[in-house]
This record gives sequence, structure tokens and C-alpha cells, in this order.
Amino acid sequence: MTTTSTPRPADALRDGDSAYQAPPSAAARKVGGLAGWVDDRTGAAKPVGYLMKKVFPDHWSFMLGEIAMYSMIICLITGTFLTFWYVPSAGLTVYDGSYVPLRGVEMSEAYASTLHISFDIKGGLMIRQIHHWAALMFTVAVVVHMFRVFFTGAFRKPREINWVIGSVLALLSIIEGFAGYSLPDDLLSGTGIRAMAGFVQTAPVIGSYLVYGIFGGPFPGEMIIPRLYSVHILLLPAILVGLFTVHIALVALQKHTQFPGPGRTNDNVVGYPVMPVYAAKAGGFFFIVFGVLALISALVQINPIWGYGPYDPSPVTAGSQPDWYMGFADGALRLLPGWLEFNLWGEYTLSLNIALGALVLLPLVYIVLGAYPFVERFVTKDEREHHLLDRPRNNPVRTGIGMAGITAYTVFMFAAGNDIMAIKLGLSINDITWFFRIGLFVLPPIVFWVTKRTCLALQRRDREQVLHGRESGTIIRTPDGRFFERHEAELPEDQWILVQHEAVRPFEIAATADEHGVARPAARSDRVRSAMSRFYFADAVNPVTPAELAAAHHHGHEAEAIEGPTPAGEIESSSRDDALARRLE
Amino acid sequence: MNEQDHETTGTEVARQDGHGGAVRLDEGHVVGAGGVPERFANPGLPAHIPRMADLDEAAAKRAEKQVATLFGISMLATLAFLVLYFVIDVNQTVFIPGVGVTSASNAALGVTLALSLLGIGLGAVHWAKTLMPDEEVVEDRHPMRAGDAERAEAVRVMTQEGGKSQIGRRPLIKYTLGGAMGLFALPIVLQVAGSLGEMPRKSLSLTWWNGGPSGPGEIPTFRPLRLMKDPENLPIKASDVTIGSVFHVMPQGLLPDPVTHEGGAEHLLEEKAKAAVLLMRLDPEQIKSQKERDWGYQGIVAYSKICTHVGCPVGLYEQQTHHLLCPCHQSTFDVTQDCKVIFGPAKRPLPQLKITVDDEGYLVSAQPFDEAVGPSFWERNS
Repeated sequence: MTTTSTPRPADALRDGDSAYQAPPSAAARKVGGLAGWVDDRTGAAKPVGYLMKKVFPDHWSFMLGEIAMYSMIICLITGTFLTFWYVPSAGLTVYDGSYVPLRGVEMSEAYASTLHISFDIKGGLMIRQIHHWAALMFTVAVVVHMFRVFFTGAFRKPREINWVIGSVLALLSIIEGFAGYSLPDDLLSGTGIRAMAGFVQTAPVIGSYLVYGIFGGPFPGEMIIPRLYSVHILLLPAILVGLFTVHIALVALQKHTQFPGPGRTNDNVVGYPVMPVYAAKAGGFFFIVFGVLALISALVQINPIWGYGPYDPSPVTAGSQPDWYMGFADGALRLLPGWLEFNLWGEYTLSLNIALGALVLLPLVYIVLGAYPFVERFVTKDEREHHLLDRPRNNPVRTGIGMAGITAYTVFMFAAGNDIMAIKLGLSINDITWFFRIGLFVLPPIVFWVTKRTCLALQRRDREQVLHGRESGTIIRTPDGRFFERHEAELPEDQWILVQHEAVRPFEIAATADEHGVARPAARSDRVRSAMSRFYFADAVNPVTPAELAAAHHHGHEAEAIEGPTPAGEIESSSRDDALARRLE
Repeated sequence: MNEQDHETTGTEVARQDGHGGAVRLDEGHVVGAGGVPERFANPGLPAHIPRMADLDEAAAKRAEKQVATLFGISMLATLAFLVLYFVIDVNQTVFIPGVGVTSASNAALGVTLALSLLGIGLGAVHWAKTLMPDEEVVEDRHPMRAGDAERAEAVRVMTQEGGKSQIGRRPLIKYTLGGAMGLFALPIVLQVAGSLGEMPRKSLSLTWWNGGPSGPGEIPTFRPLRLMKDPENLPIKASDVTIGSVFHVMPQGLLPDPVTHEGGAEHLLEEKAKAAVLLMRLDPEQIKSQKERDWGYQGIVAYSKICTHVGCPVGLYEQQTHHLLCPCHQSTFDVTQDCKVIFGPAKRPLPQLKITVDDEGYLVSAQPFDEAVGPSFWERNS
């Protein structure tokens, strides 16, 4: 041990290290001994202070994602409770609980324990119903949140990563829902599992191995309940929560998008800080969502599994329906015609009537969704960051594509209810099925066209409104006794929203011949881009420009001249608009 | 497309007195030029409008009381929940108008929990809307991309500093590391994939009608099996099957005793999932298929109940039309035409079980199904 006289404390052993300085903790300690204690050890004050004053813009549609987030948390809470009583076992037991009609019936422990939760645990039914309703609310909120993000173009740069994460979350949420729905092992959910086994079995080449692997042997076996349980309570929630954390962290990092409006630009965020406004609003909203779910669960019964009986592969209940989010895949299975099954060389069977609907459609929907931002980026070649949302009407083709997609999805989903419709409406199930089969191909293009024309019409109305000028409410009487209303010439603040978006026009291929006149064929990607760009933007209606507004007012004077002599000269001082107003009378 | 690319000065439309330069409006989009800015300029944040509670202390006081009332309702509802938890028996039912007869405990606990939560939530939101600052705050955005210097530094660290590992100069290490990393997950994958469960072997093509247990590895030998009513587990006399009747049938030896739950197949549900059969009697005149008539007995025919689409039990029999309908995806089979698919997504007819009668007049199987029952699979070869 050498002793030197260098005044160098242990935390500054290298040159350039600054000596330890006591934090200005007097103020921090005032906040609270515990907070100061934590900050002394973590330096958390800095990020906390930053996050707490972070600004979020306000709009009702931004709550949709919040509903999804809160429903997921409520599912985690109630789901944890359910695991305390649920027994994930296909082992047989004879029921002797308080639900009389099923006493003495042999059933799986999974089903018996679900009955136990529903009838013998105080508040158990409430927790079960909140869990199921929250799961439905979660899947609905995810989808509607996705609509909002899609139609407002919030997926554009820099948010493509978050859109892809969101698409994965949406897919996982319905698989998670299906796994949970199947756990009670009642007749209805068991029939769903039976169908799942059936379509896994049709996977080309590996199907029968796949289904035996999943079920640990022949269907139904005793392994599927414990395996679904582990997937439902551990594997998928872990992935969901992990991806969701990245999802929300990216929202904070990239700052929330905002709708256009006076004072809102692509370079700022206008809204309220977390502390105190969003702490109260968003925090309070969690309790509102939870409260609404509790109220629904108190009064509206969901999935009365005791009415279906235990699972048995030979009986079935009529009107078998999956939960809504699996409806589109089930509907596809109902629509696909049988001739899509082929026998290959008399040796093998390829069942596209099933594989297309179940094994292809389900992932395909989410792959197409996830890929959309990249398609649009290919068309627009737009490299800028976008933080201002589009009004859906200002991108008619995107809005049309979205609506067409929703229509196709809806046709599939309603097709899953063809039997219920046939009974309730007294129609032939064959006719209904054929209606959906044809509708699947006919309706989306119609909806696309109608949506696009509607958007263009709305845009034209926006233009007209701006060009018309604002009716000032000031009535002017001319000396010869005519009345007219004065129109404001300047763009009023509340019309900014109508002109704020960017003018667009289709991408055109640059010169096709070089300076020597030698033809230079455009790159194939440019030709494709040009064609797609025409599809998107050929009939774009662009916002009114200041020149157009000025011209509109001039045009009034022209018209006035055409209309013949007027006493306009006498009132010229009132407004240039008067003439326009008169012309419009 | 909402960018403010061209920051223009002046928020107003330039006034152009005189008549020169006017453009006709029916000639489409007009591009601005000259003294008129190309785009309108953002008018900026509108003036803040104060709320009642900002201006009037009485209004603020009123808002405070409303918030406190909501929080108070929450507390009362929480206490009510605690009391009702103990007071109401779990099996008590109650009639609620509009809802019907429902569990009293569930309704009471759910409603009080909802009020307890909604009181907090609505109170907090009302507080935020009436009393917390409502003047909008502007925060600047910055481009997401890091600066050029930071990017260059990151690249430098990865290449130069990372290069100090000498991975670039020592290909032996590079490739062996690649190989090791590429392979190390295989044991874990193999453990799971290899141990998932028994593989099918012939079991998808066999049923209990082949003579007994038909799981993977079982090789049953055929013997005629009586057709047993499910769930009574009683044999069926041909004479008991009247025209128009339909029986839900399992093979002899599969079902346990309906009362004691003793006996029966070891893998009961797995065997039921393949062996379930529907037995119907038709007027032989109505049967259009000679094979169907030959494989039946005096118009009594037996068909697999497992749908050839995805395997749901074909549960609905229409006595008048002799159609069988699967409730899952509405495949419809015509029993008079050898259960051919007449509508819906299934491709193949339901397999027929050839039956006859034994010495005592009971219906028995004459041979097992001659094809795999249930949904299709790759190795299915008929």
C-alpha cells in the first residue's frame, strides 16, 4: 500500500473524472423522502420530470388505443384471479357442485372448475364475465384503433415500425382470445377446437403430424387443455405485453400525431401535459373502462358454459359460432366451395377449401395490413416525416382501399352467421351463402368506388366553402333597394382545416429520351410506380390556393360586368365581395 | 401530405385590385404565381377561451363539489360491495327488469364494483376538464434521425472498435462462430418438436369399427361389432328402427356403462371422435344409390357422423328431405344419394358403414369403414 498525497477520491480515479458532488437534494427531499432516496440511487428524477411534462394532443379517437391498453390490463388482472381456481386438466371427474342440472355428469376438471368459478366462488362469475367482456373489448378496440391509424395515415414515416408491431399485436390478440375461449372445455368451445384440429390437419404434407403434435396424439387427447393454458396465460401474454411496451414506448419517443388545425404543424405537438391533465384524464379513463366492463358483466351474461355441457366429440349444439374476432376465418370456411379439394395422383389430398380459409387467410390479413405502409411509400416516394394526420377525405384512394378491406372482412364475418341469419330472417341458407360468395367479390369494389367518390365530393365541398367566402351575417341594402349579404374575403381561421393539406398529383416518369434523343426506357419500378400513382392521385381534388381564392373574388367582378349595368359603383367601398354575393343570389 | 413545406409570410390572401390576372374557376386547379403565396399560411393557435370555473370562483367551487361527490359515490359503492359480498348467497337469484332472472350476487357485486370504479374515473376526468389547466401547451418536434456526427460515431464504434475483436482478420473464428450459433438452438427445438406426442401412423384411417382401439400403433383385427345406442349403450334391433327415425350410434365396447361410468374405451373421447355413426331408416324406394342399398339393411343405413369438412359432428337430420346438415359450416349431405354433398364447403360424402344383422336380429357392422372418416389430410388416398 502506497500512500500518496493526491487529493483524489475513490470515485475520480481517472483524469478528467469530476469529483462526486452531492445532489441538490434539499429540494428533492422536500418532494418526499422516498422519492429522494430513489433518485439518489437511480437518477430517476430526470426521466420522470421529462415524461411528466410531455405533451399529448387531444382527440376522441386517440382514446381507442387507450381502451385497448386498459382492456388488456383488466384481462391481466382478472385472468390472474381466474388462475387461482381454474384447473387446466382434461382429467375426468364427476361434477357435484351447486349447478343441479349437471350433477353426476362426467366431465373434465377444466369444465368442472369453470362451473365451480361460476357457481361456487363468490364474485367468481363476475370476474369470469369481466375477463370475457374485457377480452372482447380488447379485440374490438384493437381493430377500431387500427382503423383510426389507417384512415388518418398515422402509419406513415416514422411510424411504420409501430404499425407493423400493431399488426402483430392484433393477430396475437385474436389467437390469445381463441386460446382463452377454449379453456373451459365446454361443448361449444370444444367444437371450435375440433374445427381447429380439422383445419390444421389439412395443412399440405405435414398436416397430420402437425395436428398430432399440437394435441399430443389423437384429437382431443388430454394435452390440449394444459398446452392452451400455458400459451394463454404465459407465452402469448408475455409476447403481447412485451410488444405492447415497445408500441407505447415508440409513441412516447416519436411523440403522438395530431390532427391539423390552427397552430398545429408538422413540427410541433399541441396539447396538454401529462401532469396534471393526462394523469387525471388517462388515469381516470382506466377506471371508466374498468367500470363500464364491470357494469356490463353485472348485467349482461356472456358465454354461459353451463348451458352447453361438457365437451364430447359426438354431439353438437346447433348454431355454433366462434367469438366475433374469429368470425372472419370461420366465415371463409363456410364460403369456400368444396371443389377446392383435390386428390393428387390418387395418393394425396390437398384441401384448399379449408387451408385457404384457415391457414392462409388468417396470417394473410395481417401480412397485407403490415405491408400497406410500404406499398403507399413505394407509390408516393415520400421520405419526409409525417406527424400531422390526414383527414380521411384528403386521401380518397387510401380511404377507399380501407373501406373495401373492411367490407371484405365484414362479408367473411357475417358469413360466419349465415345459419343464424337463415333462422332469424326465414331465408334459405343456400341463398345467403351464395349472396356472401358473390358479395365477397362484388361489394368491395363497389364500396371502394362509393367511398372514393364520396371523399372527392367532400373535398369539392371544402373547396366550394372556401371559395364562396364566409357569410358574414352583415346584410347590405343598396340604394336601389336590393339586399345582399356581405362575404368575408379573407380565409377565416376556422377554414384553415379546409386548405391545410398538400396538393398532390400523380408521379410522372421523367424524360424517356436522353439529351441525344436516344430512347431511355423507364425503369420497370418507375412504370409500376407511375401506374399506381395514377390510381391513387389521378383525379385528386386539391385544396384552394390563395391565388384561387383571389381569383374567385375577381371572378365576381367579371360576372358583374357580364350581367350588365348595376349600381355597384355606388357601393364599391363596402366590399369587393358584394358583386360576388349578388351574382350568387 | 399535410406538410408546411413552404413557410409563407403574411396570413392573408394578397389583395389584387383591378381586373388583371383573374382565373376562371371552371378550369380546374390553379397554381399560384407572382405576388400571391402558393399556399395559405397557418393562422396560428386560436385565442384561449376561459371556462366558467376559470372566471367565476362560485363555478369552480361547484365543480369541486361535483368531483368530490363522484369520489364520495365511489367510496360508498366500495363499502356496499364489501357488505354485499357477505350478505348475498352465491346461489341466490333475482329478477332485474330488462335483464331477467340472474345471479343476485353477480349483479350486486358487479354493479357496486362498477360504481366504485366509475366514481373514481368520472371524478378524475371531470376534475381535469373543469379545474385543471386547459390552455394548450406547444412542444417542438425534432427529426427522428440522429445527427450525422452521431451516426458516424455509431458506425465507427461498430466497425473500428468492433474490429478490434479481429473477427475480420480471423475467418476461422468467424465461420466457426457462425456455425455454432446456427446450430445451438437445434437441441432445444428438437426436444420440443420431438416430444410433442405420438405421431399418427395409421390411426387417422382407423376407427373402433376396425375391431377395437384404433390409436397410434394399434392394429385392430376386424370382427362384427353391434351398433349401440349412445348414450344408453344398448344394441339395436333392426325391427326397432322405424322409417324416419334416427339413432346416434357407437360401436360395441366403446361406451362405458352409462350409470357407473365403468368400462368402455381407454381413450374414450378420441375413439368417439372417429367412431360416431348416424343410423337412419329410409324407404328403400327413396334410396337412389345401389351401393347405399347394398351396404344397408332393408333401408336402414349407417353413416359416419364426423363431417368430412373439418370434423364437427353432423348434428341435424331433416326427416322430410333426408338431408344431414353440419351446424359448424353448413355442409349439407343427401342421405338418399349416398350422403353426397349437395351444399356447403365439404367435398367428400360422409363414409358409409356397411351393416347387417346378427343371429339375434341386432344390427352389426359387416366391415369397417373403407376410407378414413372426418376431415381430409395429406396422406388420405381416396
